[in-house]
Amino acid sequence: MKPPPFTWHGPRSVDEAIAVLGEVGSEGKVLAGGQSLLPVLAMRLAAPAHLVDINAVEGLDTITVDASGVTIGALVRHTGLLRHPAAGNAQPLIPQALSCVAHATIRNRGTTVGSLAHADPSGEMTSVLALLGGSITAQSTRGARTIAAADFFVGPLESTLAPDELVVSAHFPGTVREPGTTSGTAFAEIARRHGDYALCGVAAIARVDAGGALLSLRCGYLSVSEVPLVLELTDAWNDSERAAVELARVGVDPSSDIHATAEYRRSLAGVLTARVARTAIAKARSVPELRAG
Amino acid sequence: MTESRPAGRRLPVTVTVNGVARTADAEPRRTLSDFVRHDLGLTGTHVGCEHGVCGACTVLIDGDPVRSCLVLAVSAQGHDVTTVEGLGQPDTVTELGPVQRAFRDCHALQCGFCTPGFLTTITAGIAENPTPTRDEAVDMIAGNLCRCTGYQNIVEAVLTAARYAAGDDTPGGPAGHGAAGVEH
Repeated sequence: MKPPPFTWHGPRSVDEAIAVLGEVGSEGKVLAGGQSLLPVLAMRLAAPAHLVDINAVEGLDTITVDASGVTIGALVRHTGLLRHPAAGNAQPLIPQALSCVAHATIRNRGTTVGSLAHADPSGEMTSVLALLGGSITAQSTRGARTIAAADFFVGPLESTLAPDELVVSAHFPGTVREPGTTSGTAFAEIARRHGDYALCGVAAIARVDAGGALLSLRCGYLSVSEVPLVLELTDAWNDSERAAVELARVGVDPSSDIHATAEYRRSLAGVLTARVARTAIAKARSVPELRAG
Repeated sequence: MTESRPAGRRLPVTVTVNGVARTADAEPRRTLSDFVRHDLGLTGTHVGCEHGVCGACTVLIDGDPVRSCLVLAVSAQGHDVTTVEGLGQPDTVTELGPVQRAFRDCHALQCGFCTPGFLTTITAGIAENPTPTRDEAVDMIAGNLCRCTGYQNIVEAVLTAARYAAGDDTPGGPAGHGAAGVEH
């Protein structure tokens, strides 16, 4: 249970980090929090020849909150983001989902951007990024590019990131504020122990008009598909709760493993969809309306 | 300049452990848990699963609990590390810190293998939340596995430790027995 040997690189700046990544290419792996990477190394599921340890890189631990939402640097630990009140105000789904990410000791070290780059479809934040239509920004010696969540996750633990690219930040859009409408969010998951990988998790965003009528309901799913799944449930919910639940049940594509059967996960997807949708809609209806002008 | 260390090559790592700057040579793949045990000789930190599940190896890095088996020693370069050896209070009669006293008084350990991880986790936990509820106490230790006690007495120890740390020395006891252990 010891990591296989590797050459360690300790860049001090983004430029140094991408220079090393450019040299080592697909032989290299970026180490940030290491809460997923080090178990993978310990169990010898991967043996990269080079680790590029970005823990001492300057300027990657910032959280920026503006009108567009929340942008976090690659070294922001889950705990740091969870304890950032302005980030939670701008996008309430961030703390709602983050508090379900592993245990506190893992959150103290693990980075949110790292878990996005890891592209685990069981990850809470991958699902939230997909639901919000967020993006990641990657940098290499070839330049920087911003990749939409929908174009980033392509399979379990697989993204469109090139081997020489470093994810430097991720952007979570904030709550949409349109006059005459209000919105609410909710997150729920079922795990055998709080903090373990969820058997199924669902995030919801609902938007209602001044009269309380539902304008939009979208849910994001984790642990029930190969990539983070987003379902549009507005029309179904306006038809009936049962119709929305049924749409969720047929929309997910779970697998069986030692923790749960596919059928049980499908059932959870339905139950949790109803639960988070009700909560998100109730929250949207309780928010004071934003007046036009 | 990017510092690089070839695989297998041992190079010096300096960390401040329990307030004392310590330096030892370590190869890049050395985990912090093995570094404190084998290279610094501090064997109080226990290594259980070695992949971040059991919590036995939990230490504090700059005051926050982390799994030392999931941190490379070289990544901890220059940081403050607190191990279980740093939790005692040498100026007291028992030389035990409040969490250690609570574990003793509540019978919160049997074989003791998982205990160092619980002690470090709870020390940081009650520093952040000095008056935990029972639910918060359960949540505080959710990332640590114990295969002996069944957790009841550990939860009791969290609540008792919080009182001890706040200066209330009324002895705690095992769940359902001592004055502090009965809840109606």
